[in-house]
Order: sequence, then C-alpha cells, then structure tokens
Amino acid sequence: MMTDSTMPAQATAAAPSEAQAQLFPFVLQLADTSLILAHRLSEWCGHGPILEQDLAMANIALDFLGEARSYYQYAAELEGKGRSEDDLAYLRSAVEYRNPLLVEQPNGDFAGTIVRQFIYDCFHYHLLLQLKSGPDAQLAAIAEKSVKEAAYHIKWSAEWVIRLGDGTEESRRRVEKAIENLWRYTGELTTPSATEQALQAAGFVPDYAAIREQMDAHIARVFEEATLAVPVGVFMQKGGKDGRHTEHLGYLLAELQYMQRTYPGLQW
Amino acid sequence: METLELTQEEQFQARIDADVRIEPKDWMPDAYRKTLIRQISQHAHSELVGMLPEGNWITRAPSLKRKSILLAKVQDEAGHGLYLYSAAETLGASRDQMLADLHSGKAKYSSIFNYPTLSWADMGCVGWLVDGAAILNQVPLCRTSYGPYARAMVRVCKEESFHQRQGFEIMQTLCEGSPEQKAMAQEGLNRWWWPTLMMFGPADADSPNTAQSMNWRIKRFTNDELRQKFVDMMVPQAEFLGLTVPDPNLKWNEAKQGYDFGDVDWEEFWNVVKGNGMCNKERLQARVQAHEEGAWVREAALAHAEKRKQREAVAA
Repeated sequence: MMTDSTMPAQATAAAPSEAQAQLFPFVLQLADTSLILAHRLSEWCGHGPILEQDLAMANIALDFLGEARSYYQYAAELEGKGRSEDDLAYLRSAVEYRNPLLVEQPNGDFAGTIVRQFIYDCFHYHLLLQLKSGPDAQLAAIAEKSVKEAAYHIKWSAEWVIRLGDGTEESRRRVEKAIENLWRYTGELTTPSATEQALQAAGFVPDYAAIREQMDAHIARVFEEATLAVPVGVFMQKGGKDGRHTEHLGYLLAELQYMQRTYPGLQW
Repeated sequence: METLELTQEEQFQARIDADVRIEPKDWMPDAYRKTLIRQISQHAHSELVGMLPEGNWITRAPSLKRKSILLAKVQDEAGHGLYLYSAAETLGASRDQMLADLHSGKAKYSSIFNYPTLSWADMGCVGWLVDGAAILNQVPLCRTSYGPYARAMVRVCKEESFHQRQGFEIMQTLCEGSPEQKAMAQEGLNRWWWPTLMMFGPADADSPNTAQSMNWRIKRFTNDELRQKFVDMMVPQAEFLGLTVPDPNLKWNEAKQGYDFGDVDWEEFWNVVKGNGMCNKERLQARVQAHEEGAWVREAALAHAEKRKQREAVAA
C-alpha cells in the first residue's frame, strides 16, 4: 500500500490495521452464529413447555442477540464500507452466511433444542474464554462481557441434559434421538475453515484442538451424570463456515429478512 | 355462628373502607376470594396468551434493535404471568388448576388477543393502544385491596409503561417514514381502535360485577369511566402522529372537557368473548399444544428431582 503524506491523518487513524481487517470474516462468522441461534431460540417464545423455561429461553436468546449485535457492529467497522449491523444481518443471502450448521438446525422438540444448545454452549464458553485474552482489544471486550452470560447458559443447558437423560424413559429416548440427529454437526465447530486457519497462524483465532479437548471433557462429564453415551465414529458434516448450509437456513432467513427485503431502504 | 360471620364480614369491610391491605392469611369472604382468583388468574392468562400475537413478529422484526426490544417485551409478559399466577396461588388456587381452566375454556383471558397481528404496525398498535388501555385498567390495581395482587401490579405497571412508549415509538417511526409506512400505521390504527375500546369491558349498565368489586376496592373506576379516560388520552396522541381515529362521531365536548365518541359494536365484543373472534381457536390451541407437548418435560424434571432426592437420602 502506498503511503501518502497528503492523506488526512484522521482517515488513517480511523481505519483498522491490516491485521485487523483480516478479522472481518471471522467476526462476521461469530455474528451470524449468535444471530441464528438467537433466532431459533426466539421461536420458542410463548410456546415453551413450562413458563419458567419459556422465560429462560427468551433470556438466552436475548443474550445471543446482544452478542450478535456487538459482533455485527464491529464487523461493519472493520469492513469500513458503510454497511450497518442491519445491512449485514438482513441483506446477505444464505450462501453468504458463515454460521456453522449446528445452530441453524430446527428446534425439534425440547430435547432437540437442549442438545443443540448444550453442545454449542460448550464450544462457545471455551471459545470466549480464549478470545477474552486474545490480541484484539475489541473482540476481547465483547468476549469478556459474553463469557459471563455463556457461563450461565452452559449451566442451564447442562442441567437440562442431566434431567432429560436421567429423567423418564420418554425423556431419555428423546434426548438420545436428539444426540443422534445432531452429533454429525459437532465436528465443524472446531474444524478450522481456511479463514480461521489463516487467523490462527496470526494468533487472532485460538487453537481449536485445545478448545476441542476442553469441550469434550465438559460434554463427557455432563453426559456421564445424565447417564448418556457420547457417540463415536460419527461422520461429521461441515460447510456452514464456508457458506454451504443445510436447507433449513434459507427458510429461516426468508422469515428473518422479510421486512427488509419487502421494504428496502427504510428506517424502522 | 351467623353473628360471628357477620362480625367478621363487617370487620373485613371496615378494613377495606380504611384502605388497609388484605393479606393471604387474613380472613376474607369466600366471594371476595373467588372474585380475586377469577380476576387475577384471568389477568395471568391474558399475559400468557398475550405473548402469542406479538410473539408472532419476533422472527420477522425489521431490525436487530426492534427484534431485541420485542423479544424483551414478550419475555416481560411471561414474567408478569409468573408473578400473577403466584399472587393467585396465595389465595389457594393452584397453577395446574388455573391452566386447566384456561385450556378447557372455563377461564377467560382478555379478548383483545383474539385479534390477529397482520403487519409490523400491529406491534406499534399493540404497545401504544393495547398496553395503553391495559395501563389505565391496571394502574388503579396498584392500590387494590388485596396485598399480593397490588404489589405484583406495581411491577407490572412499571414495565407496561415502558412497553407503551416502545409501541408509540414504533408508530412514530412509521408515521415519519415513507408513505407506505404511514399507510401501514393508519391501517393498524383502523383495525385496533375499536377492539381496544372494548378492553374496558361492557358498558356500566351491563357490567354486573362492577358494584361489588368497587365496594371491595378490587376495582376503583367503572368501565365507562376508564374508556372515557382512554379516548381523552389517545386522541391527542393520534393527532400528534398525524393519524385519523376511525370514528366519524368523535368530537370534543367543551362542556364535559372530554371527547364524545361513537358506539362500540357490542355484538362484536360478545361474539369474540363467546369464542368467535378471528383467533380464539388458534390462541387456545397454541396454549394447549405447548402444555401437552411440554408434559414429558415436566414429568422428566419431576422424575429426576425424585431420583436425586432418593440418592441423597441413601447417601445420608
């Protein structure tokens, strides 16, 4: 890049560093992931199995939505093309979305939602612990705030995995079915995409092998208490982080983006 | 026996008249207890069913900020339901029984939630008009004679006034937006205005429970008084927004320092109460379905708690 001494000083000061600019796709991926999971959880609102759990799911959805907004705002800043958080969330197509496949899976029954949540919480919590001491100050600040919420989420979802696994015959059958359905999406979380690999080399994205170990230990502990078996030898699906999604995401986005697509360019 | 009862009854009324709060352990007439259980559970049910018409739009909210506010608002309603059920439980009602009465159709909830939410402007109208009407109904309840209900209502009202402001702000944003958005706002108002006026209940002449409830200070204003207050409060706000209230008979009355307004369509009101509103069936079905599909979850939680208790007993 050519340096020009006549360039206004503030333009260079406001622009993110070259290393930071590389972070854009990763921050966007974090934003998409939190938004899609928040959206799925919010679908339960008013339909939960117990009023207290309806409240809990809305609460967790709100945490993820808040986290998504922080990431989108930061991503917009990193990109520096004048796009807003809403432009990024509402005006990108399914193939541009970068969330892992797990979080876009439909809610299913309460067991399906709990298993999806618990697995993601395990990844999310351990990821945030790393990001909060990472080299990027802004990402560290978002992680610092979010990890407190994630600690509560993982406690909530783990407790439900235990209740359902070690509850009744029916709850056990349902939670086992959910694990069987969703396990194939668990590998992608810690399989770095090309973007992540590059950022890992630069130190911006933590080592996923270490996170995987912590996750697996956490899952094993909770499954043991729930008297559930950890599946082995499952073929792992991936692609979400590169924009190749399951069919479910298109429907979700059709609903999520309906207003912005129908009435382009308006303020709400 | 009879004289003793009368004395209790008289003492009770004397406490009410002196504005002393009635607490769960105090003696109270059966009819007072029944009236309160009916009213509080109906109120709790309204919060629960009321989550559905707005919940409808959480997944379609037009911006991340709006989505977040709407989700938080609907979650508040779940919270209101929770403390109202708890208040009713202090009178000896069980949550299971109250829910069973809702699901069987025996217990009522506010009819307003049997109207559909068809556009984003409806999120504005529900907040601005429906919550506005609810606040007028509920603020006096912060001083209602039964302590736990009054205290629950203090919290509910604080949150409701925030809800109303966010509804008004949605309307204001629409009215300051494109012609399409302004039309959306007007169309919403056209549909919600009359059903909102019905939220205050039948005209005083047709409201059989009002006199007793006023006497027990469960209720502090009559239905017609509150309806008038609402119209007087809302018309200037509609004018500020540049919207037209859909009532050709609406006119300022200098002598009474309030608006005259047209007749509410009571036939529609009773029809919706009887179950013939656009969404009565869907709303109730959605609640029944959530409850039935949640049965195995509740059973699992109980079974697990029981297992845990037994294990702890063995360990000890």
